[in-house]
Amino acid sequence: MIFNPAIIMEKLPEIGSGLMVTLILWLVGIAGGVAVGFVVATVRRFGGRMINLGLGTIVEVLRGTPFLIQVFLLYYGGPFIGLMLDPIPCGLIGLTIYSAAYYSEIFRAGYAAVPPGHVEAAQCLGLTRLQAIRRIQIPEMALIVLPPSVNLAVILLKESAVLSIITVPELTATVSAIGSQQYAFLEAIFLLAVIYWVIVELTGRLGRLAEHRLSRLRFANA
Amino acid sequence: MTLKLFTLLLQAAVSTLGISLISIAIGFVIAIVLSAAILSHKPAYVFSARLFISFFRGVPLLVQLLLIYTLLPVIGINVPSIVAAIVGLSLCTAAYQAENLRGGFESVPPGLIEAAEVTGLNPQQTFFRIRVPIALRLTFPALINEAIMILKSSSLVSVVGIIEITKMAQDLASSTYLPIPIFASAALIYLVINSFVVLIGRFAERSLGGASA
Repeated sequence: MIFNPAIIMEKLPEIGSGLMVTLILWLVGIAGGVAVGFVVATVRRFGGRMINLGLGTIVEVLRGTPFLIQVFLLYYGGPFIGLMLDPIPCGLIGLTIYSAAYYSEIFRAGYAAVPPGHVEAAQCLGLTRLQAIRRIQIPEMALIVLPPSVNLAVILLKESAVLSIITVPELTATVSAIGSQQYAFLEAIFLLAVIYWVIVELTGRLGRLAEHRLSRLRFANA
Repeated sequence: MTLKLFTLLLQAAVSTLGISLISIAIGFVIAIVLSAAILSHKPAYVFSARLFISFFRGVPLLVQLLLIYTLLPVIGINVPSIVAAIVGLSLCTAAYQAENLRGGFESVPPGLIEAAEVTGLNPQQTFFRIRVPIALRLTFPALINEAIMILKSSSLVSVVGIIEITKMAQDLASSTYLPIPIFASAALIYLVINSFVVLIGRFAERSLGGASA
């Protein structure tokens, strides 16, 4: 076998569209996961014991089972309960639910890490409970939750490759299909690995930059 | 969903457990080498170890498995697919475990090492009696986390045709048209295994004396 990357280069437009699908899945999965996860963490913190227990159980089930099994359940099990989903929406929903479970835990830890004295002080100064959450708790949380959030974003990008198994036309599915058609499977998988590697490295760098900016911002205001 | 189907899933769980445990053990050994390379502060060693860790943490496990699965025969190594799967999982977990171990070794309080030297322990004794036990204790919770990650990630080896819980569930679901009960049972089995690992971890941590020691 001769290693010939030129074969792959001819298929650049297709690879580009696979990359777009992966990036969209990834970004929507992060945005949806952050939004739902934040709501879940907030409801768990302020919503009473039974709600906390119920949501906590769901989160633990999602965190304790493989993403692939969750996706299979949604994709193959969905039609039996009237939920017919095409691969892409199914992937989007699956990735969002999965990431929401993990983001909710990050936000939960974030809530727990803000010293209660700060919130009490805010309330003593006459801020309402909602104001104290919005103006004190959330800004303080931002710095605490940023590093694990970036970490999770990286994990989600890598998990999105799993969606190729239910035929979502994302990067892994596209590039490995090209590899089989062209009899250049090894080249294709190498390329695939490099693309993911580059995105992950860039994300990590961006995360550290954001962390740096945010901590400077905080000290400037203090 | 009959008892027979559930029994088949349970039998497949043995394979999931075996693959995961072997991979974690091999990964741990590779991780020791990697973290030693980084802690050696020799530029060439540090660079190679960092490159390895960055690659295996930066590429999806599914892609790593496909890569190893295609690469091994090309370079003339013909092994059963289960071996390729274990190699893939081991290399991936090694990268994560190496980072944990390095962190553990770096967080051993320098005062303790100085104290050991002052007490008259030689460098070897200091390493094996002071640094290693403390670093292992500090990294133990991370090791348990990693074990759970690998147990879940091992579901991906179904892609290269190895019969474990996920592959068995997939086959049963397509032959019985009962995807919901079958995948839900598979999820339950994973959940029970992972809960056990967490419990064992807590128990072991307590008998190790916790991170406070």
